[in-house]
Formats: sequence, structure tokens, C-alpha cells
Amino acid sequence: MTAHDADCERCEELLQGYLDRDLSPAEVVVAEGHLDGCDYCRRRYRFEERLRRYIRISASERMPAGLLQKLAELREQSPGAQL
Amino acid sequence: MAETDAGASAAGDARRIANEARERVRFEEEALDFADQVYRVARRLVSTREEAEELVQDTYARAFRSWRSFTPGTNMRAWLLRILTNLNVDRGRKIQRSPDLQPLEEGDYYLANKLAAAEGEQALEQDQVVERLSQSGVVDALAELPHDFRDVVVLVDIGDFSYADAAQILDVPIGTVMSRLHRGRRILKQKLAEENL
Repeated sequence: MTAHDADCERCEELLQGYLDRDLSPAEVVVAEGHLDGCDYCRRRYRFEERLRRYIRISASERMPAGLLQKLAELREQSPGAQL
Repeated sequence: MAETDAGASAAGDARRIANEARERVRFEEEALDFADQVYRVARRLVSTREEAEELVQDTYARAFRSWRSFTPGTNMRAWLLRILTNLNVDRGRKIQRSPDLQPLEEGDYYLANKLAAAEGEQALEQDQVVERLSQSGVVDALAELPHDFRDVVVLVDIGDFSYADAAQILDVPIGTVMSRLHRGRRILKQKLAEENL
């Protein structure tokens, strides 16, 4: 299953750049003009936004307890600490 | 006269040393403030928690040794990550050529289309639709990305670095960052679709 028509295909190509805010002003006009009238693409853009947040949350793991202390100790040991 | 000069220069030295010590402490404290963010990126660049901890420790050991090469006022988090990615390559990760590209990856709507096919088009509107993908599945899919792609996806999408910062960290042109990022995300979505749907 692919996008509905050539305009949807163009919109699909602009998806990442749009969400990254990396499109030229002319491309933004193309994307937003199409999204205004196309539920199909608009759903997919929203989905992509949610997906990005979900990936970030799923893949983010806090630093283990104790690591910060170990790093702080490296400070004292590094040569030059003794001035 | 000579004595006065010597006294003045000794006082100057003492001031310089005190200033340098202060700068150094400031540097170290700022670097430590980034530890959690550095770890989060490191964790997704290597396979295990232990490796990630070791990599972060090696990074900070090197950073503390070479603190003078950091230019105050520039992006310290990117500077730390540059050390980290270099160490990660040195640690024996082979520099992988971008694999000669599987014929074609699917488009950016691929995963959404698969979900819509499985759950219905309206399901895409729901916030929870992403939960069809397991969190551990996301982690696995990231881990399976070829290194070149994974580095960029992790730096930008997990580490929240700009294209320009990622380019500087990895020492590649910004255009390379963008093409790897776009392809890496598509491959990731393809894997998520294959594993979950």
C-alpha cells in the first residue's frame, strides 16, 4: 500500500525534513498546502511525531547509580590535578 | 630591585595557577553535569550497560586530561560526544562502510501503512497506537541498524543533537549526516514493522 497519489508521494518525501524543520520555505508551503486537505497524510505526519517521541522514551536509559561518583573520582586522579 | 621583580613574578605565577585551577574546576563540573546525557547516547551505541559505563569512564578520563583543548563557550556536550565516538571506534569497532544498499528501503509511510492495515486507518489517530511496538523492540531495532546509520540516528533522535553538531562529532559532512539519518530512520521503521506487525 503506497500513498494515494503523486501529491501524497511528494508529501511523504517531505515528512522528515518537515518534522526536523529543515525544509525550504517553498517546500513548507507544499507540505502544509497538501496536509491541509489530506487526512491520509496528516495522520501519517502525526503518527511520525508520536513515533519519534516513543523511540526517544523507549531508548533512553538513565545513567546507572554510582557512575557519576566514579566519573567524579576520575577528576582527582587525572595528572595535573596536583598543581 | 631584583628582589621586588622576583616577588612580583612569583605573585603573578600564583595568580595564574589559581586562575587555571578555577577554570579547571569549572570545566570539570560542567562536564559532569552532562554525564547522564552522555551515558544515554553511549548506551545505544554499544551492546551492554557495562560497555557503556566503561566507554563513558574512558571518555571522562580523556576529557579531564585534555581539558585545555576545550574552547570555553563552545558546545561541551558535543565535544564530549566527539571524544566518545572516537574512543568507540578505537575500541575495536570496525569502521563499517555503509553497506551497499539493499535495493530499496520502503518509504517513510511504510510503518504507518502497516499499522493502518492491521488496526484500521482510524487507529493512526490514537496516541497509544505506537504502543503496538514494544519498547524493547525499539531498542533491538536500533541496535540492529548498521553502525553508520545508528550513530547518526542515536545522536539526533536520542541525543537531540543538530545535524551540524552530529556532523562535527562524527567528522563527516552535514549532507552525509542528513542522508544517513533519513535512511537510518526508514530502515528503523522497516524493522519495527517487520518485528511487530
